[in-house]
Amino acid sequence: MKILVCIKQVPDLESRFKPNASNTWFDEADLAYRMNEYDEYAVEQAVQLREECGDSSDLTVLSIGPDRVVEAIKKALAMGCDRAVHIQDQAVSSRDPWQIASIISAYAREHKFDLIFTGMQSQDRGSAQVGAMLAELLGVSCATTVVGFSCKDNVVTAKRELEGGVKGVMRMKTPALVTCQLGLNIPRYPTLPNIMKAKKKEIIALPVADLLKEESLAKTTSFHPPAKKGGGLLVEGDIADQVDKVLALLKEKTAVLR
Amino acid sequence: MKTLLIGEFREGKLLDSTYELFGFAGQAADEPVMFMVGSETQLPSFGGRLYLADAAACGEYNPDLHKQLILNVVQKENPDRIVFVHSSYGWDLAPRVAVALKAAQVSEVVAIQEGGFEVGCCNGKMRRIVKPSTPQTVITIQAGAFQGVQPGGTPQVTRLAAPGGGTMEFVGYEPAEEKGVDLAKAEVIVSAGRGVGKKDNVAIIAALAKALGGELGASRPVVDAEWVAHDHQVGTTGQTVSPKLYVACGISGAIQHLAGMKKSDFILAINKDKDAPIGEVADVLVVADVMQFVPALTAKLAK
Ligand SMILES: Cc1cc2nc3c(=O)[nH]c(=O)nc-3n(C[C@H](O)[C@H](O)[C@H](O)COP(=O)(O)OP(=O)(O)OC[C@H]3O[C@@H](n4cnc5c(N)ncnc54)[C@H](O)[C@@H]3O)c2cc1C
Repeated sequence: MKILVCIKQVPDLESRFKPNASNTWFDEADLAYRMNEYDEYAVEQAVQLREECGDSSDLTVLSIGPDRVVEAIKKALAMGCDRAVHIQDQAVSSRDPWQIASIISAYAREHKFDLIFTGMQSQDRGSAQVGAMLAELLGVSCATTVVGFSCKDNVVTAKRELEGGVKGVMRMKTPALVTCQLGLNIPRYPTLPNIMKAKKKEIIALPVADLLKEESLAKTTSFHPPAKKGGGLLVEGDIADQVDKVLALLKEKTAVLR
Repeated sequence: MKTLLIGEFREGKLLDSTYELFGFAGQAADEPVMFMVGSETQLPSFGGRLYLADAAACGEYNPDLHKQLILNVVQKENPDRIVFVHSSYGWDLAPRVAVALKAAQVSEVVAIQEGGFEVGCCNGKMRRIVKPSTPQTVITIQAGAFQGVQPGGTPQVTRLAAPGGGTMEFVGYEPAEEKGVDLAKAEVIVSAGRGVGKKDNVAIIAALAKALGGELGASRPVVDAEWVAHDHQVGTTGQTVSPKLYVACGISGAIQHLAGMKKSDFILAINKDKDAPIGEVADVLVVADVMQFVPALTAKLAK
């Protein structure tokens, strides 16, 4: 079984975001990066499948971006991926989902993967497009927003999460793609021995120009904070003062303190 | 502009979110036509043209087939926009349709803007304006962003035959888990978010809930990490609540969480990040470390 997992590196979302010079995305200076949360579930599921299938299987992790994304790739290798593909792209943040899906499909088409895992969306862009677009470009079956997964005899059973906690169960034959939702599994922490082992694993670097043949279909024309809608009262300062202020407000504005 | 709206139908029922599509079309001053896989007995209140495929024949979930039906209608109607709700149905189907048409897709639109569409990003902290450059555009709208509108009337129905096929087999629905705790009845809910740091700290949040005579709630990551049981989860995939007082402890305020609690009478948030999007709905945002503020508040309440 040949397995691919696609990951994205995203900034820590507790950061403050400032627009970049062209006002189309955030300024990358001073931001700390990590693996997109949804992709951690994708890597974990791919590694579990890799373990189930044993040595007849092979798991590649792929990420597009500048050199910093190698950090996220190394984490995926330490979690148990066999090898990595780093598609080097300095301009990754200006690509639209269509271009990202096109780049990955150009790579994946040649390698004929049986199963592809992606996150259901990225935490920073949140478009939820790339996985399903990739499946469509490759002409493989696809289940999105998956919170339950098993694969036996080349048949995938996937549990999709619907609104209000209802789930939809579906089956499809490989080759297939699933986009992973929060809660699918509990992603493992890489252990020290596995981090050491990962250092010896191969990271294949490919320039994006070899794979990108498509123009973007949509452009970002502005990046800005949301308009403040009046908003609430900000209580800052010393903890004891904050407690007193909050108690006074709760007494005044709610009927719950008796 | 001509707009094809994709209605939603699940477990035998027309979904209310379908009317938000008319809200979008109204704001855009578009001429709407609707497509849906649904039932004759559950027609939307809309006097325009409706292309209807029978869910009993096509399956409520069969993306290959639904995509093909939509593409057939697109060919007939040649719409400028194809609009879905950003839901488990819409975000699943929209990219498939967009690729087939090689049309730009704009996801989770919150507003129509001069020259483009406004969408959220960075977990709700920032916004982008996205401008499509293709003649046809596929759009998904954020649930709740466009007020639902019932245009009224009875649709002129064009029935579509089920073309058959599809590579995916729908096995069935699994109902939501039984609720052990009915948060909807609670007057006070104190919820723990990922900002509480670790499982052991949940007890400190629960102690505040107790001191206020309320129930413990939780954001999803706290539930996924098994710090708190699922029946305490608030949000689109958990419970929807509107207590007299909602206290959000270390919760960023992602749209899926807000959808479950923004109708609360009074919202108190504790967050160390004063730009956290929870501030948009909170009546009071205390900028502090939850692990310092919450025990101090609980102690004072006990006096
Ligand atoms: C289809 C779908 C459905 C979803 N359904 C739900 C749902 O039903 N309910 C739900 O909650 N989410 C849901 N989510 C997930 C949602 O998008 C967010 O990921 C989630 O709500 C974030 O939870 P959080 O705020 O606890 O964590 P985070 O977003 O990680 O936020 C943690 C917050 O804590 C603050 N913080 C950190 N440390 C401290 C400290 N020491 N003191 C004070 N503050 C601190 C940070 O500043 C941050 O604002 C869904 C997502 C998807 C895609």
